[in-house]
Formats: sequence, C-alpha cells, structure tokens
Amino acid sequence: MQRPGVILAWSLGLTVLLLAIAVASAALGPVRIEPVTVALAMLNAVVIPSGVETGTWTVPLLEWAVPRPSLEYSRVFAFEVQRSHQTIVGDIRLPRIALAATVGFGLAAAGTVMQGFFRNPLADPSIIGVSSGAAVGAVATIAFPALIPIGLRPAAFVGAVLTAFLVYAIATEGGRTPVATLLLAGVAVQAFLGAMISYMLVHSGEGLRQAVVWLMGHLSNSTWNDVGLSLPFVLAGVLVLGAFTREMNVLLLGEEDAHHLGVDVERTKFLLLALASVVTAAGVAVAGVIGFVGLVVPHIMRLIVGPDHRILLPTSALAGASFLVVTDTVARAELYGMPIVPVGIITAALGAPFFLFLLKRQEVHAL
Amino acid sequence: MIDVRDLSVAFGDVSVLEDVSLAVEEGTFVGLVGPNGAGKTTLLRAISGALEPDTGLVSIDGTDIHTLSSRESSQLVSVVPQDTTLSFSFAVRDVVEMGRTPYRSRFSPPTVEDRERVEHALERTGVDRFADRSIEEVSGGERQRVILARTIAQDTPVVLLDEPTASLDVNHQVETLELVSELVADGKTVIAAIHDLDLAARYCDELVIVADGSVLERGAPESVLTSARLERAFDATAAVTTNPVTGSPVVTALPGEPRGDADTDDDENANTATGERTNGPARVHVVGGGSTAAGVLARLEAAGIDASVGPVAETDVAAETARQLGVDRLTVEPFSSLEGATITALDRERRRSDVTVVADLRIGAGTRPVLESLADEDAEPLVVVESTPFDERNAVDEGARDRYERLRTRATTGDPETVVGRVLEAWNARSNADPDGRDRHDPIESDDD
Repeated sequence: MQRPGVILAWSLGLTVLLLAIAVASAALGPVRIEPVTVALAMLNAVVIPSGVETGTWTVPLLEWAVPRPSLEYSRVFAFEVQRSHQTIVGDIRLPRIALAATVGFGLAAAGTVMQGFFRNPLADPSIIGVSSGAAVGAVATIAFPALIPIGLRPAAFVGAVLTAFLVYAIATEGGRTPVATLLLAGVAVQAFLGAMISYMLVHSGEGLRQAVVWLMGHLSNSTWNDVGLSLPFVLAGVLVLGAFTREMNVLLLGEEDAHHLGVDVERTKFLLLALASVVTAAGVAVAGVIGFVGLVVPHIMRLIVGPDHRILLPTSALAGASFLVVTDTVARAELYGMPIVPVGIITAALGAPFFLFLLKRQEVHAL
Repeated sequence: MIDVRDLSVAFGDVSVLEDVSLAVEEGTFVGLVGPNGAGKTTLLRAISGALEPDTGLVSIDGTDIHTLSSRESSQLVSVVPQDTTLSFSFAVRDVVEMGRTPYRSRFSPPTVEDRERVEHALERTGVDRFADRSIEEVSGGERQRVILARTIAQDTPVVLLDEPTASLDVNHQVETLELVSELVADGKTVIAAIHDLDLAARYCDELVIVADGSVLERGAPESVLTSARLERAFDATAAVTTNPVTGSPVVTALPGEPRGDADTDDDENANTATGERTNGPARVHVVGGGSTAAGVLARLEAAGIDASVGPVAETDVAAETARQLGVDRLTVEPFSSLEGATITALDRERRRSDVTVVADLRIGAGTRPVLESLADEDAEPLVVVESTPFDERNAVDEGARDRYERLRTRATTGDPETVVGRVLEAWNARSNADPDGRDRHDPIESDDD
C-alpha cells in the first residue's frame, strides 16, 4: 500500500523539481538573466483574484452581446527587478513555460490513464482520436477561416472532444464498451480524420506552414491567456481523475475482476475516457499535437514508482510537466536565430530513442 | 443461500446453459464437475452477476443478483477467477487490499476494519511471508494464494471459484482446497468448478455434474461419481474406485470407447456400477492384451468385479491399466516366451477366478502354453471377446486356429463393450448347472495352493 506520506513526498519533490526547471528555463534565452532575478520576477508575476469585472461578449454568428464576468487579479509581491527583465520573464518566457508545464501535466496524466485503461503499453492520450479531432478543428480553422469563426483553439478543443465521443459511441453496444472495439474504432476514425486533414492541407494555400507547425506541436507566442484557457480544464480534469485511482488499479485486473470487486466498470470507463479526453483536448488545443509525452513519461514513472495509480498519476503528471518544460527550452533555441523547431519534434526525437532504450532493456514489456 | 432457477444462457446461436436450476444451502461446498465446455464457467459467471442470463433468475440471500449494483453484489459474492491478469508489478499486499474495494469510500483512508481484514487474510493464507514482494515475482501456487487472500479480505458470504487448482502442482492443489474448506467451515457458501474429480470428491460436500449445458446429477460425491454417469458426462470410459487413504472416490479415465447410453441397453452394467448388483462372480481373470483387454479390465472394475490379468507384457497398455486400477497382474518381459512358472501362475489365477475372459488373445510362438492351459476343463466358464479378426492376431499356423476355435466353442462370446453382461451370463449358466462348483474357487483355499 502506498502510504499517503509517500505520495505526498514524491509529489512535493517533483513540484520542487518542476519549479527549479522553470527557473532555469526562464533564465535561458537571448538575454541571460540571473536565476535569483528570475525567481523574484516569477514571484512578482504571481497574482490572486481580487474582484470580478463584468464585460460583454459577443456570441459568434448570432451577434448577441452577453454579459461576461471576468476575474480581476492583483499582484502579491513587488520585488525590485529590472523592468526589462520583469517583462522578459513575466510576459514572454513565463507564459510559455507555464503553458508547457500545463500541457505536459495534462498529457502525461491522460497517457497514464489511457495505458491503464487499455492495459496496453502503447496507448497514449490520442489513442481514441482526440488529437486527430483537434487537428481537424485547427486545420479547418486555418484553411477555411470563414467557415469556422470560433477561433482555432475552441475549434480544436471541440473537434477533439467530439471525436472522443464519436469513437465511444461507435464502440458502445448494448451498454457495453469493449476496450478492443474502442481501440479499433479509434484507429479507424483516426485514419478517416487523417484523410480529412491531408485534404485540407492540400487546399490550405497560404495557411499551410501555420497548419504544419500547429500539427507538429509548438508553444511559441504563448500568452497568459492561453494558460488561462487550458489550465482550468487540465487541473480540474486531473483532480477528478485523481479520485478514481483506486478504480484504475482494480481495472488493471481485468473488467470482470473489477466488477467482482465492486467497480461499476462501464460507468468508470466512460468517466475515465471522458476526463482523459477533455484533459488531452485542453492541452492539444493550445499547443498542437505533441507526441510521446503521454507515452514515454508514464512508462518512466512506472519504472520508478510502480504501477499503483495512486502514486503513478500525480508523479507522472508532474514529471510530464517538467519534461515538456525542458524540451520546450530546447525548442526555444529558435530565439537564438536557429531554424524553428516545433517542440513536438523534440519530444519525439528525445522520447522515441529513450523508449527504444527501455524496450531493449526489456523494462517496458507490460504495465 | 444461492438459488438458481431455470437459467439459460446463449452466446449468439450457441446455447451454453439450458434451464439450469440449482439451490445451494448456506455453508456448503459445492463442486461443479464436467467436461470442458460443459458450461461450468458460464454458470459461475451467471451466478456472480458478471453475465446477464437470457432467461432465469439467480438470487443470493433472497436478492436477484442482477438487480444489484457492482458494489452491492461484490459485498455478497467474491470470485476467484480461472486466471487473473497479473502482468503488472503490484505488491502482493496491494492485491490483497483490493479485496476491500467494495467497502471503501472514495476519499477516506482505509478503516481499522479494512486494515484488520487485510492482515487477517495475509496471515491466514500464509501470504504475509511475501506480502511486500511483487505479484509478478511469486510462483503460480503463491499467486493463487494471493487471490484467495484477496477473497478472504473481501469477506463475502458467497465465494465462487473457477478452477482454483487448474495450474497448480499437487501440494498446492491440496493446500488451496484445504483453505477453501476452512472458509466453508466458517459458514461461507462455496461453489467451485474443479476439473480434478478426485480432489472434488475429497473436498466438496456435494458435486454437481454439468454436461452439455445442464445439470446431469447432483448429490454427495460417492453417489454422484459413478462410472455410468461419468461416461455419460465425459463421453469416456472411467472406473471409480476408493482412495485407500482418504476414503473418497477416485476416478480413473481409461482408454477405449464408452459403451454408449448407460441408461438403456446395458442395464446390468449401469446397475452394477451403482453398486446395486447383488449376484455375480467375485473374481474374473483376463487373458489377452492391448486396448481390448484394458477396456475389459476397466469395465469389470467399474462393475465392481475383482479382476486379474495376465500373462501380459509389462509395456502393454493392459498392464498399465491394471496398474492404475490396482488390479493383480501377471507380467512378463515383452516378446519373451512363456516359461513354466508363468503358466503355473496363470493356472493358479485362473482357478482363483470364477470366470476367465479371453480378450483379443494374440497367438505367437510363445503363447501356445497359454492356449493349452485354457484348454483345461477347469478354465470354464469361459468368455471370449474379440475386436480384432483372428487372422490378424495369429502369427503361427492353422494348428493354433484349431485350438482357438475349440476354445471359442466352449465359451460365451461377445464384443468388449458387452463383456460384463457376457461374464454374468457365463457365470449364471455355470452356477445353475453346478451349484457346488464354486467351492473350489474359494480364494482362501486357493491361497494355500
């Protein structure tokens, strides 16, 4: 049994590691900034909600103006930091780092859930077509902006969630959703959506480059607004998933065993799938298709902390956050004037060899 | 406790269970036996609630199991599955702890009772010795105990086990079933599919023979395990004897075709098999070899008639069958010619017996003394059974044929399937004609020979 203390210690340790990596990452760039200054600037960027402001929001297409409440924030700290450094850290590097951490956190958590759910070491968050769905939404927005006026990120998010539910609906018959059917339906739907994406790419004209960069996954030009869009879904989703870790463990024994141990199998499967899909969608929608984080990070953490989801889920999520911050720091080399390298390329370029290394050492053979 | 009524389950067009009804009292250990594919696992899955039956009802403690939520049913019934997916490295203790899942609430830590039940289960099964090892590292027998410990931690009034001993070696099989018996002694109601008939007979209070998707028979092991029923259920020849150590029935499956529907034609066979035979020969000697003689031995043994066999080559299937049945046998080196001592022994066995059966006797150069011994008048009553034409068995000459034909004319003849009937016929004919003739066959006297 994993004592709560062990879980807490691991989580705290990995959180500290994540913060350290964030500081190091924010110190790197065309302008070198001292880590201490970075830390102070980061603290200065911390805000807490201080009030509610009501603005208006216009519903797309219908042109309805509806009241839209939004939170006001105020800063907590006011350390003395050079103004330009504060801007570089607080407004340019930190949002990107925060977004990388959010997306990595979500993808690794969703990957952990999917691998356990499918009892398949090759499962990753996009296995039931979430990423393909997001890509269809995103590429459609880029290729045919007039058709989809809701913006790239909402379109990608909606595409992702709709695809997940479509695959689930296809695989469900008579109240049961066999995992194998789900997997195959996911593969088939992904293939179909892949065809749609290819078609749209061919006809995307000037948007081709933007579409390709999106498809490869990137975090450039991230803003706090992106973080605000993604983080609530990811955090809420992973928190709720955290309440189902015992069920995930029992499901590893097989569905019939799980039923005999009191788990409402079909309901739990639906919940896990829905939550993992939403978390993945929230990540993919803002960062594009970033592969291998959700596949490799859970495997590595499973080697370290074991298969118990009570400790595996939080540690995988935190490690995923650190992993993506590190890889995106490498990807930011484009800022030095190097050719642009989308972070998705780097995660795959680093993740795939590492995965093969584990595979050859026979350490990744099962869950 | 468990009430199964008119249960039918079909997978697609294939009917797996048909109108199965079964009531099990609280605190009994019921064994499901029957051939592979008979529907034992399906029946267990329907009882556990994992499988929705097409028609019929399963109620446990008065509640229809299929109306309960997983959580509710898992507090009533626990299941030890045939094989548990264990391709992950949970600690043994974690696996046992999963047995408490039905009682745990989502956010609170395990209660004192949860902890105590887990510790109790670990100790009781002896799993505590390796509780911190990974489930992947323990042996098959230990793993089975871990799953049993999980079931004990789950602490349900009904426990279902699907082939709990299938992959275990013999000491672990016994250990596992001892443990299950203890649970039954504690008042739990257990249904287990057990393919090993001897173990099932030894440990279960009642046996249920499942064949072709229905319940063929149920009752105490001694009354259920009869060769006639087993032949019907398993479509194979079987002999039922008694284990001298445990006193429970021992089933030996034998080579050879079953004799057909035991209920209709060979009534005397079916009756003798259930021990209702009152009158007949006490001992029969079989001369011959091969699967025909083996089948004859099995049928005699199944009918409750003591048998002996020989001379037969040590490597002959009939000798092996005799060894398994615990039948006296007179063995010789393969392909050796029969010496005087062997023939003397044959004569002695023959005289001790009430009837001599000649089963597919092969005639070689060395078997001439056997035919001469059988030519003796006191070899009667004689029964000759054949399944291979004489020419294929005769390696010598026409003289052997003549001797064999003379033997046949003195004997009651038949095929191996009906040998018990022929033996009874021959014995009755002889004892009616010569009511005092049996005295010389008294085994006690013949021991002094």
